[in-house]
Amino acid sequence: MNSSTSVAPSEIQPMLNQLQQELSAQAVGVTLRNVTKRYGSFTAVENINLEIQAGSYTCLLGPSGCGKTTTLRMIAGHEEISSGDLLIGERRVNDLPPTQRNTAMMFQNYALFPHKTVWENVEFGLKMRQMPKAERASQVNEMLEIVGLTKFADRKPAKLSGGQQQRAALARALVTRPQVLLLDEPLSALDENLRVKTRSELRRLQKQFGMTFVQVTHGQDEAFALSDQIIVMDNGRIDQIGTPSQIFQRPVSRFVARFVGDNNIFMGKVREVTPNSVQMEVEGIGTLLCCRENQPAEVGDSAACSVRSDSMSLRPYPPDDLNAPNQLTARVVSIEFTGYVTRVSLLSEATGAEITYKARSDDWMKQPVAEGQLVSLSWSSDDCVFLAH
Amino acid sequence: MTKRPLSFYLLAAFFGLFVLFLYGPMFAIFLLSLQGEEGGLTFPMRGFSFYWLGQVFQEQRVGSFTESFVRSMALGLAVVLLSVIVSVMAGLAFRSRFRGATLLFYLTISSLIVPSVLVSLGIGITFQVLGLETQWFSSGLGAHLTWTVPFAFLIVLGVFNRFNPSYEEAARDLGASDPKTFWEIVFPLIAPSLIGISLLAFTLSYDEFTRTSLVSGQKNTLPLEVFGMTTNVTSPALYALGTLTTLFSFTMITLAFLTFRFFSKRQAQ
Repeated sequence: MNSSTSVAPSEIQPMLNQLQQELSAQAVGVTLRNVTKRYGSFTAVENINLEIQAGSYTCLLGPSGCGKTTTLRMIAGHEEISSGDLLIGERRVNDLPPTQRNTAMMFQNYALFPHKTVWENVEFGLKMRQMPKAERASQVNEMLEIVGLTKFADRKPAKLSGGQQQRAALARALVTRPQVLLLDEPLSALDENLRVKTRSELRRLQKQFGMTFVQVTHGQDEAFALSDQIIVMDNGRIDQIGTPSQIFQRPVSRFVARFVGDNNIFMGKVREVTPNSVQMEVEGIGTLLCCRENQPAEVGDSAACSVRSDSMSLRPYPPDDLNAPNQLTARVVSIEFTGYVTRVSLLSEATGAEITYKARSDDWMKQPVAEGQLVSLSWSSDDCVFLAH
Repeated sequence: MTKRPLSFYLLAAFFGLFVLFLYGPMFAIFLLSLQGEEGGLTFPMRGFSFYWLGQVFQEQRVGSFTESFVRSMALGLAVVLLSVIVSVMAGLAFRSRFRGATLLFYLTISSLIVPSVLVSLGIGITFQVLGLETQWFSSGLGAHLTWTVPFAFLIVLGVFNRFNPSYEEAARDLGASDPKTFWEIVFPLIAPSLIGISLLAFTLSYDEFTRTSLVSGQKNTLPLEVFGMTTNVTSPALYALGTLTTLFSFTMITLAFLTFRFFSKRQAQ
């Protein structure tokens, strides 16, 4: 049934252009003001403030249970807001049902209706909006054409590949012309190769349509690759908001530094504070000079700093100056060749702390160091980020 | 081929006995219902005829199989309809944990272990107190529902346990109202299970005896009629009736199975 009238490839471009104009013209931002979600005595999301720009790609990043999905579901209207304000564009939508928010959600595992064909799945939203049948049919056909599923219109979701299911879900979400698209881990059901491919396809679509995308993910790679803005969440709070490079280069907390990847974190006492630097004393290692942006710091505070594993330099022991800051002595425990990068695990001689060092494999092979050897690691104060909490 | 151990043969023989025990009596009754016109209630067979099968549809000295069969059918269908509606609605309600849900759940389930004859007696007394006449389609129907609804409810709970709520969220996200969400999404997805529930409810109702025994009023359901006849009718018509109802049951099961397959196939395409 509903066999789609076939559309010649040359007709896709004008269709695309029109859809693109429609979608980008109506894209709006999302604002959360002091939003809190409580379940009984449990607080899932605590007092978060957030500004999402119209036409941007934003990722909510964090471990499971950090409140990122709850936040997305509050924006979608599938979860009530306990207190605070949610604005989509200029409208306060706290008490509006999902349909009246002009958002569309792509669910984890897509939630395609298993008893309906691809065509019927895509049609569903238009049917519920009581669009006349003829108009409905032409819009569904057009959308299936755009995502390249025209040939599969009469199939049930179970008979589609993972990538096709993903595109069907996308078509179902986009056909209602939402102002904001909300995506709940849209890539988690795909295998590794397809995930990378689909990821760039999502990003391309978002740019092409100029739409506002808000996505939940627990993978930092995914967030880095997709986002204009990343919101790192932990324990129901926002830890950091920033561009991918800000999050990567300038984490603001120990949590972000750990979550974002192979950062080495040192704990110590603040000795000296200047407007853009902090001097710390770390037991067993000595003096560390860190750069500081606006993080609060007081002399005598317990604090931490983080150094990325790929911004350290490794030399045979002993170093030129044993008393220079920003260096430590460590013993190589294991070496992993992972392709482009070689990853080296070390143990600090003084504190026994685990240290990770990463180098481009080509560079590493020029002057390899054997397991068990004593080395000296050092870094510049620009690469040593002061963490206030 | 590897040699099978002794235990295989012992277990196979045991299983054979089990099957014989299960179907042997039914087969004997099936044979006896084909007695010749002169035949009696026991072996040996005296000839072979369809005479007794025909007799079932004739008026008997003490009543009529046909009428009680029609009654049982009507009652069974009413029971199926009500059981499905009530259990699905209860199942939907139990998805949101309301106050007293656990208590209500245990009350419903524990009603199954109350001796059936007491349930029947209770319903009978209640009707008497209220000054109502017991009838197969009122008190009898109620008695059947006390038996089928808890079972149906248990199954529905299991069905909704496995039901992915994100389908409903997706429907709502796309603008479906709650009734639309139910009829467009939930109902088609649970339909195969509802056929299973219908079949179970019908079977429970169709051969229900104890709960109905004291509250069927003037007119008998089929099982009550058959029981009454065992003391009066002394012809192979009784066996013929057994054969016919068994065939009827098999037909129902086959129909239910085919419908179930139809629905699941439509989903898998």
